[in-house]
Amino acid sequence: MITLTVNGVRRTFDGDPTMPLLWYLRDELALTGAKYGCGVAQCGTCTVHVGGKPTRACQMPMADLEDATVTTIEGLHPTGEHPLQVAWREIDVPQCGFCQPGQIMQAAGLLQNTPKPTDQQIDAAMNGNLCRCGTYPRIRAAIKAAAERSS
Amino acid sequence: MSANEFLPWVRRAAAPSARVGMPAPVAATAENTDSPHGLQRRTFIQLLGIGGLVIAFGPGGARRLDAAAPLPATAANQWSPHVYVRVDDDGTVTIICHRSEMGQGIRTTMPMIIADEMEADWARCRVEQAVGDPRYGSQNTDGSTSIRDFLHKYREAGATTRALLEAAAASQWNVDVAEVFARQHEVVHRPTARTKSFGELVATARTIAMPATTSVRIKRPDERRWQGKTMPSIDLVPMTTGTAVYGADVTLPGMKVAAIARPPVWGGKVVSVDDGEARKVPGVERIVRIPETPIPGAFFPLGGVAVIAKNTWAALRGRDALKITWDAGPNGSHDSRSYRSTLEASVRAPGKPGRTNGDAAAALEAAARKVSAEYHVPYLSHAQMEPLAAVARVQHGKVEAWAPTQSPNDARNTIAEYLKVDAANVTVHVTLLGGAFGRKSKPDFICEAAFLARETGAPVRVQWSREDDMRHSYYHAIAAHRLEAALDAAGKVTAWLHRSAYPSISATFAPNVAGPTPDELTNGASDVPWDVPNMSVEVCPAVAHARIGWYRSVNAIHHGFAIGSFVDELARAAGADPAAFLLDLIGPDRKVDLSKAGLVGPGETYYGAPWGDHPLDTARARRVVESVKQRSGWSTPLPRGRGRGIAVHRSFLAYVAMVVEVEVSPDGTVLVPRATVAVDAGFVANPDRARAQMEGALIMAMSNTLHSEITFAEGRVEQSNYSDYRVARMRASPHVVDVHIIESEALPGGIGEPGVPPAGAAIANAIFAATGVRVRELPVGRQLDGWETRVAAG
Repeated sequence: MITLTVNGVRRTFDGDPTMPLLWYLRDELALTGAKYGCGVAQCGTCTVHVGGKPTRACQMPMADLEDATVTTIEGLHPTGEHPLQVAWREIDVPQCGFCQPGQIMQAAGLLQNTPKPTDQQIDAAMNGNLCRCGTYPRIRAAIKAAAERSS
Repeated sequence: MSANEFLPWVRRAAAPSARVGMPAPVAATAENTDSPHGLQRRTFIQLLGIGGLVIAFGPGGARRLDAAAPLPATAANQWSPHVYVRVDDDGTVTIICHRSEMGQGIRTTMPMIIADEMEADWARCRVEQAVGDPRYGSQNTDGSTSIRDFLHKYREAGATTRALLEAAAASQWNVDVAEVFARQHEVVHRPTARTKSFGELVATARTIAMPATTSVRIKRPDERRWQGKTMPSIDLVPMTTGTAVYGADVTLPGMKVAAIARPPVWGGKVVSVDDGEARKVPGVERIVRIPETPIPGAFFPLGGVAVIAKNTWAALRGRDALKITWDAGPNGSHDSRSYRSTLEASVRAPGKPGRTNGDAAAALEAAARKVSAEYHVPYLSHAQMEPLAAVARVQHGKVEAWAPTQSPNDARNTIAEYLKVDAANVTVHVTLLGGAFGRKSKPDFICEAAFLARETGAPVRVQWSREDDMRHSYYHAIAAHRLEAALDAAGKVTAWLHRSAYPSISATFAPNVAGPTPDELTNGASDVPWDVPNMSVEVCPAVAHARIGWYRSVNAIHHGFAIGSFVDELARAAGADPAAFLLDLIGPDRKVDLSKAGLVGPGETYYGAPWGDHPLDTARARRVVESVKQRSGWSTPLPRGRGRGIAVHRSFLAYVAMVVEVEVSPDGTVLVPRATVAVDAGFVANPDRARAQMEGALIMAMSNTLHSEITFAEGRVEQSNYSDYRVARMRASPHVVDVHIIESEALPGGIGEPGVPPAGAAIANAIFAATGVRVRELPVGRQLDGWETRVAAG
């Protein structure tokens, strides 16, 4: 039995301990904001925060999550108005939108530690999050806009 | 699904089959989240039951639907509406989007055109996603068709609704209709300034005779509120809060999850299965065989062995634990490296002509100077971020599917054919598409879900892993190109010979296809805007050994790369500035009716449009080149290791020029700091989404050009995931993409695809400018390793 907190709610899990957090969130909690994209931490669509840090949920087995605190895109901001979410809309970043929850969670982790990131810091932090629609330039712009807004 | 329903390279809608007694369309959309599963179903009749005014628009004009006279069950060719507008008594306007949203923004652009024409208040409009139904006309969202095929229908839809509401107001006031006009959700009586809201007019509007489509007035450009201006996308909140619903996000009560082991070679079969270990995986419930489809299998599933489980993780683990012996079948020896040599040999001999002007062979023979080059483009996979997933349920003989599909009607018809049920008993709901790029126009994965739902008696989600997606795609064709040109003493091109060989998409649908047809060359090879007197554009044989399919821009990917690279090579050979050379090659302004320009065996249409509607207008090609030349600072010098490349290409009826700037580091890594794009696609309804498509096309072309490659050995795809099928990432991506959209009222062309073909060539040409290394085979990969020392060594 594993006990953890997801978006502020205490949860228990007694299924297959090898199950990655991603499938627990999606299949058992119906939190489908974190997406399955690759299963091997190559694309970042499944990014959530574990203990406040951006984490690839597809590579995080439930066995390692005893007492963990997990935040998903659904829990990033109570009304969906985190500065990144607002900036994402202002700049109309998404095309298909599929990777964007992971992008936003990754960017949120960056801004926690680096409130005013340079282009190089953004590129380094975001290089593991793929977008096949090619929204990278707008993601970079939105992160900067959110950093401005937060300051 | 027979092959003759397709042009080989650009799929057009099959003529809708005439079916009588179709059920009313059912709307189910991602944003209707009042059911626990994010899905809400309401039939049209139910909608009508609340007293709304429903207008349906089709090729035959507009018709009003109401409860007393529900959607007529006539043959599809007599009644094939593809746009629906509903105005409820409370004034709420519902626009039903019949096209699939995959990032191009159609769920915003299509409704904003209609709302603009009908003078609706955008804040009071909502969008519902259509299910697959032949009465919408083609819903197949590929070929960059959503605006270019439907702009006028959308405008007519809005304008007709407006006319009816205006007539209703005039009737209520008992005034001449010429005295009233609609303005932002109300109708105004000009002499008295009285107003009636749309909602107040609905009951009367239902009794007004429908105007003839031809009598409806479309807005003048100066009257438009939103068309041609930027509109924020309607799905931004769900997309940024994780509540947007894609294929794998659909859940039904009691749903099982399936993962499938498919034959690793196209046409392969299961010989034996040992499922002992799979059955031991906790959560695995059943193992189901799916029959293999003989090749060519068109849209049918590949077959294989499915593991049905309680959850996704169990299904994937169980599937991986299967021990299967496969019979590879006829393609078991396919090797893409040796196949490349086959293609190269193919283009070194004359092929079937697709365009003949003058005598290219003689002109080349007599030329003072001849330049030739060969180019290679590998198999590519769409690698859209959302791996394939579909949900299906079979109950009481009815099949219902939920899927991220580009073509719900193909899904519906293919499910019907595959399960041998009447299409009238199949409903396909369209979720958002997490990227598609052509892969999701093929419904094989949806048929798998439907088959397994029937076999198991439970709702099933089929979940493809990334590896499944990579290894069982419909691949973009591997291609070889050979180009030869004659230059006269002044450096002008006097002859152009272009031969290409690539397995045809037709081979996915029909047996014994020897190669592409000359018609495929009109996808950006035989319709080049060059001013060259002697041209021969030929297509050479190539037999398919893998499933080939449409991938964003289709043949124009390799056509555009080869042509755009070769023009740059010619410029260098002539000692000319590549941009000036390009303008020279385009030559004087002229409009060329391509159907009379020496094309051999062209299709009946040009990208589905009448040939005469879209002549080759070289002034438009010239203008986009001039635009990027000027805006990019083309002539300003760059240091060694940085360079600019230029290319222009016309595909999907749009002209796109690009100047791409690259920075090649000493280790051969290519960055694209900046790009300048000019696009003339005729009228552009939503410029910001068009800009986004150009940004995305450039970045997709970075992947295609720099990184991505599918290879086959012993018939099997060698790549598995993003670790070995590499795509562009943030660090290399542009900091500035300056997109100039040429303002135009011309017939719209495509937007989603035409940006890719020139981008690949512009990147390769920029690499040459930066390093002196000419890229003739894709991807660039490690070709630039140690470029500085190689260049220094000459």
